Amino acid sequence: MMLDAPLTPTLDTDADRDTGAPAQARLRIIDGDVHPAARSMADVKQFLAPRWREHLEVYGSRRKLGMGYEPYPKSAPRACRRDAWPEGGGNPGSDLDLIRKQYLDAYGIEYGILGPLGVSGQSELNQEFSAALASATNDWQREYFTKPEPRLRSGIVVPSEHAEASVAEIERCADDPAFAQVFMLTRTSEPLGNRRYWPIYAAAERHGLPVGMHVFGSGGHPYTGTGWPSYYVEEGTGHSTSCQAAVSSLVMEGVFERFPRLKVVMIEGGFGWLPALTWRLDKVFERMRDEVPHLKKRPSEYIRQHIWVTTQPMEEPDDRRHLIDTMEWIGWDRLLFASDYPHWDFDDPFRAFPAGVPAEGKRQILAGNGRAVYRLG
Amino acid sequence: MSDIYKGAIDCDLHPRVPTPRAISQYMDDHWRDTVDLRGIETWDSISYPPNAPLTLRPDWRKLGADTEPGKAAKETLDRFGFAHAICNSLFAVQAFRDENLAAAFASALNDWLAAEWLAKDPRLKGSAVLPIQSPERAAEEIERLSSDKRFVQVLMLAMGEHPLGKSMYWPIYAAAERHGFTVGIHAGSSYHHALTGSGWPTYYAEDYASQSLGFHTQLGSFICEGVFVKYPRLKVVLIESGVTWLPSYLWRLSKFWRGVRNEVPWLDRSPEEFVRDHIRLTIQPFDAPPSAAHIGRIMDQLQSDEMLLFSTDFPHWQFDGEEMLPAGLSPELVRKILIDNPLATYPRLGRQT
Repeated sequence: MMLDAPLTPTLDTDADRDTGAPAQARLRIIDGDVHPAARSMADVKQFLAPRWREHLEVYGSRRKLGMGYEPYPKSAPRACRRDAWPEGGGNPGSDLDLIRKQYLDAYGIEYGILGPLGVSGQSELNQEFSAALASATNDWQREYFTKPEPRLRSGIVVPSEHAEASVAEIERCADDPAFAQVFMLTRTSEPLGNRRYWPIYAAAERHGLPVGMHVFGSGGHPYTGTGWPSYYVEEGTGHSTSCQAAVSSLVMEGVFERFPRLKVVMIEGGFGWLPALTWRLDKVFERMRDEVPHLKKRPSEYIRQHIWVTTQPMEEPDDRRHLIDTMEWIGWDRLLFASDYPHWDFDDPFRAFPAGVPAEGKRQILAGNGRAVYRLG
Repeated sequence: MSDIYKGAIDCDLHPRVPTPRAISQYMDDHWRDTVDLRGIETWDSISYPPNAPLTLRPDWRKLGADTEPGKAAKETLDRFGFAHAICNSLFAVQAFRDENLAAAFASALNDWLAAEWLAKDPRLKGSAVLPIQSPERAAEEIERLSSDKRFVQVLMLAMGEHPLGKSMYWPIYAAAERHGFTVGIHAGSSYHHALTGSGWPTYYAEDYASQSLGFHTQLGSFICEGVFVKYPRLKVVLIESGVTWLPSYLWRLSKFWRGVRNEVPWLDRSPEEFVRDHIRLTIQPFDAPPSAAHIGRIMDQLQSDEMLLFSTDFPHWQFDGEEMLPAGLSPELVRKILIDNPLATYPRLGRQT
């Protein structure tokens, strides 16, 4: 956190707002959160060994959320934009031609980083099956998306609760340059800084891969420390709390002392929560540093050095200067644009930013920072 | 030391937590025997380890705040000239799994507070601890204490079995609203669930930091469930929440609400409006860098000068020295935080003799 940075830059006019079609090609945008989908489970199933294909057919995916899909019905089918359903059938995010036409070409996206959700091996109760599904998901991403479309890069999905298998999966995939990061979910069985996950971080660091932590997943606990909220609007809003629990844990457990080159990207939790959390952690650390003597720096320093946040869904205060203050406090080089295509709360790279965001900061977020974070070789 | 605190209302003072045996003196024979027979000698949650620096400020430890009940609190009130202090008892009533035990301890704890603290200094006011395990019995406890004007608030914790906005808890809010009690939610957990949606954090420092996440959830729950539509006179005070998390959480909640408001059609206003009308926050701790410029920007983000309430968090260590307010506040705002806002938040405070 740049504590001494000037506050509230003078607001620009709307001049830097790129809205016209010709202007859209100017920035080489990197999008940190694009969701691919299978046309049907058969697409993924073909990459499973016969033993696990049979298992899937007989017992299905049994995740720690107790439901075949999500426990909160979404605001739209599959939480997707209603215009993102392919005419020829299949789920939004499954038709590469539509992804190109509706998103990659239309917005001039240079790289879109894929984050597979759903039945992808994460949060599965059966750990061996979890590992098999994660591998199949990674093979499916390669065959269906990153091979035919070089603008799409993917995350190595790991069976997070099974560190040994996660490391094996990272080793299996890391040589393929189409994988730009390791992909985990924020709701895990233990807070993400816990030692059981350290082998994953060691492998990611070894291969120069950032670890993306996307909201969702289920570790077998109620989604909050005070039980289950009733509504999707609460669950959706509450993703920022699972991001905060993850960042607190990574910092306080000393993950960044142990893995000094590790980069972590928090995905789809917005970003407005980060300054207050950082201030809080610094304060608590000052009071009780004897409990965490393995920390050599203040939490704010680890966060400033190791944590990036994607912007979607971008917070929308009434007064746009409040958002600009927040971006300033986090640091213009720590924010990564994300659209969440094809989901309903998609952020349009040209419309999501409020007027007045300094042009250079916006350029960094849309087109610059991703180059320094993701492995895009 | 200036006298700016003269007449202030401290909205979060902690009486020294009594032992179960001390509380049992206020129980009937059955429950007093139960405490003895079943050997309930201690009943401490892990929220405030007795020797942790956060639990007791070093200079107050020297003052004997932990050994002589009431003495250090009285000295603090005298020293600063506070008009009132609201006593929040942090005894782990909420941790019982048995609602009968919880109800017996809650009533006895409240009677203990009235006798040992409130009766001894008219400046001290009380929060009634509720047996939250049974909303019906919690409402009965509110009724039982409603005629005792020294109790101005009912007290719950930031984390329990369920989010507090759910309709199962509405008997509590009906009773609180009927009798003019403010609803206080204090940092802490019943520890009936892991502290986060991803399990138990390792360190106490992390546990304390995670408390603010419970407030996020409770705020969302109170608003989305429509508690303030149903109980339009209800005020909820978030005690020891950290404050600065609020604006960005509200931006997020409001954006989601705009997107999926058909899920909660009973909400007739935006989350921001509900918060400005119904939510108040005590000011310790105030999670911000100690720079007046930052604090000015954060105050601007709160978009209200009526939401913050003065608190010392005595004797916990949430602030340094005698500076009990964030830097750079205008004298008008200071007066509101110290006096006007608490008076407007606690209607029963104005009804005392």
